[in-house]
Amino acid sequence: MQVNFKLNGTPVVVDVEPRMHLADCLRDELRQTGTHLGCEHGACGACTVIVDGAAVRACLMLAVQVEGSSIVTVEGLSTEEALTPLQTAFRKHHALQCGFCTPGMLTTAHALLTDEPDADGDRIRAVLSGNLCRCTGYIPIVDAVLDARAAYRKSDKR
Amino acid sequence: MIGTNRYIGSPVERIEDLRFLRGRGEFVGDLKSQGMLHAAILRSPIAHGRIRGLDSAAARAIPGVRDVIAAAEIGAVPTIPLRLLPLPGTERFLQPVIATGRLRYVGEPIAVVLADSAALAEDGVGALILDLEELPPVADRRASGRHEILLFEESGTNLAMTFTGVLGDAEAAFRDAPYVRRECFEVQRHTALPMEPRGLLAEWDSTQQRMTVLGAAKVPFFNRDTLAAMLGLAPASVDLIENDVGGGFGARGEFYPEDFLIPFAARHVGRPVRWLEDRREHLTAMNHARQADCEVEIACRRDGTILGMRGEIFVDLGAYVRTNGLIQPRTLAQCFSGPYRVPNLHMVVRALLTNKTPSGTYRGPGRYEASFFCERLIELAAVDLGLDSAEMRRRNLIGAAEMPYKLARLEPGGAAVDTECDSGDYGEVLERCLAEFAWEEKRTLQGRLIDGRYHGIAVACFIEGAGAGPKEAARLELEPDGTVAVYVGSAAVGQGLETVMAQVASDTLGMPIDLVRVFHGSTPYLNEGYGAFASRSTVLGGSAVYEGAKSLLEKIRGAAAARLGGPPDDIELVDGRARTRDGRSLSFADLAADGLRVDAMFQNNNKLTYTYGSAVAHVAVDLGTGQVEVLDFLVVEDVGRIVNPLTLHGQAIGGVVQGLGGAFMENLVYDANGQLLTGTLADYLIPTASDFPRIRAIALENHPSPSNPLGVKGAGEGPIIPVGGLMANAVGNALASFGAMPNQLPLSPARVWRMGAEAPMENLGKNARAEPVSDAAGPGRSQIRR
Ligand code: FES
Ligand code: FES
Repeated sequence: MQVNFKLNGTPVVVDVEPRMHLADCLRDELRQTGTHLGCEHGACGACTVIVDGAAVRACLMLAVQVEGSSIVTVEGLSTEEALTPLQTAFRKHHALQCGFCTPGMLTTAHALLTDEPDADGDRIRAVLSGNLCRCTGYIPIVDAVLDARAAYRKSDKR
Repeated sequence: MIGTNRYIGSPVERIEDLRFLRGRGEFVGDLKSQGMLHAAILRSPIAHGRIRGLDSAAARAIPGVRDVIAAAEIGAVPTIPLRLLPLPGTERFLQPVIATGRLRYVGEPIAVVLADSAALAEDGVGALILDLEELPPVADRRASGRHEILLFEESGTNLAMTFTGVLGDAEAAFRDAPYVRRECFEVQRHTALPMEPRGLLAEWDSTQQRMTVLGAAKVPFFNRDTLAAMLGLAPASVDLIENDVGGGFGARGEFYPEDFLIPFAARHVGRPVRWLEDRREHLTAMNHARQADCEVEIACRRDGTILGMRGEIFVDLGAYVRTNGLIQPRTLAQCFSGPYRVPNLHMVVRALLTNKTPSGTYRGPGRYEASFFCERLIELAAVDLGLDSAEMRRRNLIGAAEMPYKLARLEPGGAAVDTECDSGDYGEVLERCLAEFAWEEKRTLQGRLIDGRYHGIAVACFIEGAGAGPKEAARLELEPDGTVAVYVGSAAVGQGLETVMAQVASDTLGMPIDLVRVFHGSTPYLNEGYGAFASRSTVLGGSAVYEGAKSLLEKIRGAAAARLGGPPDDIELVDGRARTRDGRSLSFADLAADGLRVDAMFQNNNKLTYTYGSAVAHVAVDLGTGQVEVLDFLVVEDVGRIVNPLTLHGQAIGGVVQGLGGAFMENLVYDANGQLLTGTLADYLIPTASDFPRIRAIALENHPSPSNPLGVKGAGEGPIIPVGGLMANAVGNALASFGAMPNQLPLSPARVWRMGAEAPMENLGKNARAEPVSDAAGPGRSQIRR
């Protein structure tokens, strides 16, 4: 089946089997391998992408469901030249070790702070508790997200 | 010695991060190869049985399914050798790379299906028809120890190995001791669970007769040699390539059946083959760890001085002895007493085979379990003898003046008969930890009921034997663009190796860090290498890089002197240029034309470095729900020398949280038929962002290691070690008025709730401080001879 959607701002057309989930479509068909698969049953959050502004598990959504949607993956967060403030904060706080969970953490946190730039520590922990990380113990990730809030507040007050 | 740079010791932001943050890491699942087929594996659905037949006709008939490989296609099926402790007798219990008739655990590979897509390969697996004969399973180590049902009939036993740790004369010590206590403890089966499941991509070049395998980790050189032998190739014809690796923690990168099956399949069909493990597969295929129980005793003087420890420990090893499967039982026998002076010790460890997934190492292997057993014993003795928990430990820690301190002698030991604590002041770290935590103030909370929850505190001490030898290789090359390429035999498993090695190289060379490029973990770079286990990369790999960088400096000086004239000693190296006294200079890029390159090897003769530390915690227990909240957790360790405080701190916090997972939630549960009941991440629970927000870690560098030029000690495994014992003791202290005995992990809500619910009626709701239980009538089997 043919699906049309926007990926990181660029319109794409893909031909997929109806049973293919969105993560496989992004990774295998479109070669955007930043979106990772840690469980393929909705439990780890590594595959989180942003579909029309909402953080979504790409392993629990079929590719054919995103017809007409706009999707942002980790590859679409930063430019070639610079990391985003959220990514910079992750680096500064050493919020990643192996880096496998990182794309899902970034997309989840980005979606959260875009909606709620004033989210407090408890709120951030609650939202991120759907994303598993085995390396960091989460504390530096939460610190990084707290630290990045300022940038989201500014971009809000246009 | 070290140049003017100050990268070592600075929180250098990681080089690796730039690609990971942009989604540009290259994990094995991100790789594709022209004409690649996808593999899926049929695994045993039963714990114990025989394969009577395998019908692959329907699978082969599916369009897109290209081949099915089972034992028959392989011919002589190799077994997987032990990488560590290949002791006589173990050869009877090695795992064949594919089931050859007998099935010994749920998840054992039976056949590989190759197809045009992963989905089609899975369709193929679903279409395979198995004819099985079920045998009664050996469901646990007790059944195993009866030896009525045997996993390997020919051997006549389920006992894979017995280790004994001996120091002094335990029998005499117990005979004369004024106080002894005996208890049973148990640690559950759990697993490393890296977030990236395993994967391999194998490419066979039939014209060159070369095999290339991507997705290697941890010990690529050992695995290359193993694979080459199994395939009948020279090691030089096999390359193992390490890509980005999504976590290892001891389990990833060992030689598993798939490490043979996928390369074999690629050669068999003459096309590249990729296999990516799914999570359910992972939970039955990758090494399990930790499962052990014991009956152990402690003997003390009345003042708390430990006279001896002895007992028997049983390890539930699973169905086969895997590459590093004996490390856990070995460590339990040899390192039971951790950092404590236990002059008389006799510990017998029996590793028994069961019809479960085989076990191997997981961060702090054996030490986590030993610490739980030993710290529980010490705590119970402290309570019985009316001593403060901290004072009890203070009295029994190995003293600075006693260094080096020999640990128990191991039988049988192979190469590792003796080991000794190398250096340091264990008491210093304990005092620092207690002071930061305000132990004396918090002691008043012990056992108190505040706002509906019972509070408890505990302290534990640990050592981390790390940096296992024998050696590590590095090569440094001056490149035509003036950069230095550093090749190390160490492997990266997500711990920040590139950055740490670059810090060491650039400080030693006196070059900016962005002019140093690090390559690691793949066999084509070097002739030999040893890899990433036992927290050894910084210790051995770092030292090899340091030695290599020093030699490279000499070579650069020599080459510059030859070209510019004058003695090499007069050449100054600054900012990537070699300069004579009179100011003539050449850039490193100019000198690169001379082919400047050094090979270095750092050897430590198998001498371990011992990082040591203490940890304290404060918990609140809600007996209504069985929930335990960790209100404060502090770990202090002395790592000799800190290369990167940022990555070191990350290792400490991450390790503690993994340890808390093991203490409270993680559990691989099997039913009586040997079926794994926790086969998804919805059933096998690991900590999430909201579980343990309050962990603190402090690293000290007061006592550098005497055994390497950097003074570093292995780090990264220490902070996980004390967590189980610490949590059990904190919960036990909180619920002392209920007579709670948290002697089994995990401290799940149900188990903790029962400690309140099943306490004798007269204790319920009693807001009492822990009273010393000072006679044999107390819980457990203690006795004080008066
Ligand atoms: S891969 Fe989608 S949630 Fe784990
Ligand atoms: S950084 Fe490794 S899983 Fe999060």
